[in-house]
Amino acid sequence: MSDATATQVCIVAAAEAFRGDGEILASPMGDVPSRGAALAEATFAPDLMIEYVRYRRIFDIVWAGKRHVMMGASQLDRFGNQNISCIGDVAAPKVQLLGVRGAPGNTINHTTSYWIPKHTRRVFVDKVDVVCGVGYDRAAELGEVAARFHEIRCVISDLGVFDFQTPNRAMRLVSVHPGVEVEQVRDNTGFDLVIADDVPTTRLPTAAELALLRETSP
Amino acid sequence: MDKRTTHHEVLAELRSGMTIGIGGWGSRRKPMSLVRAIASSDLQDLTVVSFGGPDVGILCATNKIKKLVYGFVSLDSIPLEPHFRAARQAGAIDIMELDEGMMQWGLYAASIRLPFLPTRAGLGSDVMRMNPQLETVQSPYDDGETLVAMPALNLDVALVHVNRADERGNGKVLGPDVYFDDLFCGAAKLAFMSCEGLVDNGKILEPDISRLSTHGVVVAPHGAHFTECPPDYGLDEAFQKRYAASAKNPELWQAFRAR
Repeated sequence: MSDATATQVCIVAAAEAFRGDGEILASPMGDVPSRGAALAEATFAPDLMIEYVRYRRIFDIVWAGKRHVMMGASQLDRFGNQNISCIGDVAAPKVQLLGVRGAPGNTINHTTSYWIPKHTRRVFVDKVDVVCGVGYDRAAELGEVAARFHEIRCVISDLGVFDFQTPNRAMRLVSVHPGVEVEQVRDNTGFDLVIADDVPTTRLPTAAELALLRETSP
Repeated sequence: MDKRTTHHEVLAELRSGMTIGIGGWGSRRKPMSLVRAIASSDLQDLTVVSFGGPDVGILCATNKIKKLVYGFVSLDSIPLEPHFRAARQAGAIDIMELDEGMMQWGLYAASIRLPFLPTRAGLGSDVMRMNPQLETVQSPYDDGETLVAMPALNLDVALVHVNRADERGNGKVLGPDVYFDDLFCGAAKLAFMSCEGLVDNGKILEPDISRLSTHGVVVAPHGAHFTECPPDYGLDEAFQKRYAASAKNPELWQAFRAR
């Protein structure tokens, strides 16, 4: 257990994001989220659906809300608004990225989490340039009815785990990964994170989980 | 009915200013031989609707696009399409950037002759700010819920590439995903389908694209290259890398085009 890598800690945190979801489609994007969802399905979340679904069926599932997506983000702000579209003026951006992709439809319809491989001030910004994934402030503006399916479960970065379980739904630090100082998280976040006096450490993989991870990893 | 036609004849149906939908997704099963025909033509000021990949990149690089309707443009294994990036950062194209599901809904609305379809997708996001022409609609029933009225994405022409087709215009995708190619064809006045190979009439039992939606079939082996067309062939990663590198400067791009 003590020889788990930093990546493996993140994979387990990603797996934990899906705990309790029951029989829904898991849509992990990227290596750590994919390995996390697979680990969850192989252990404590056997009803999770992790197989490929054709695009013609995907939005039926998205709009029915039977899904939990774990997306990346070029920018993520204090209330969980996510940007993957562009930086700067939308008409002629300073940096063109991907486009809004499925983030608007995902976030208004079902549970969303985020995986940020490198936690920096460039990613964790006070306000994103373009709101692709809807955050809690934007959801509140829509009103309870329109926002009733909105939930950002957690944010996982290479420094720690975060969520929005605060009175005003601002991002808070849930745990720091082993070997990471709380100050490091503060220094690399471009807004005031809600931080408790005592921050727990993100849990390590169990022996069984480590064995499974090593089986599936080259 | 024999719908067999050629790249040349397809091009003859196209006009500057048309709205052209392109099937596939990212670097997957894109009708590249048809796209290259457009890139080499005199056509201008096109509105292109696409789940974009190098089709959009090539048409940006050859200045064919006046307006792009998209949810993303990506080469998958190379996340950011460089020619599209350059066009956007230069402010060279008008855009309608939409959630992917909104795009599906717009194509579906067009294919069933509706002016719009309601959806939650888009609410609360900057899709509404980036597209001020988008309207919301209130449910006329007791719920009174406010939803986005996703307008129909009517196309003059759709271009798709499939693994197999027959002369009557049925199309079969043998790979893992049809994406939205059937909706592109349904949303268009004229739909042209290129294919790796033709099969006899009656052999395609459950077409992924119905002959009711297609007007022309072009036999184009490797017609999706360099994008993938499984199981016939995968993505030509080496070629895609060279293509992406060609965006660095005009000389490189001209050299790439000349090959």
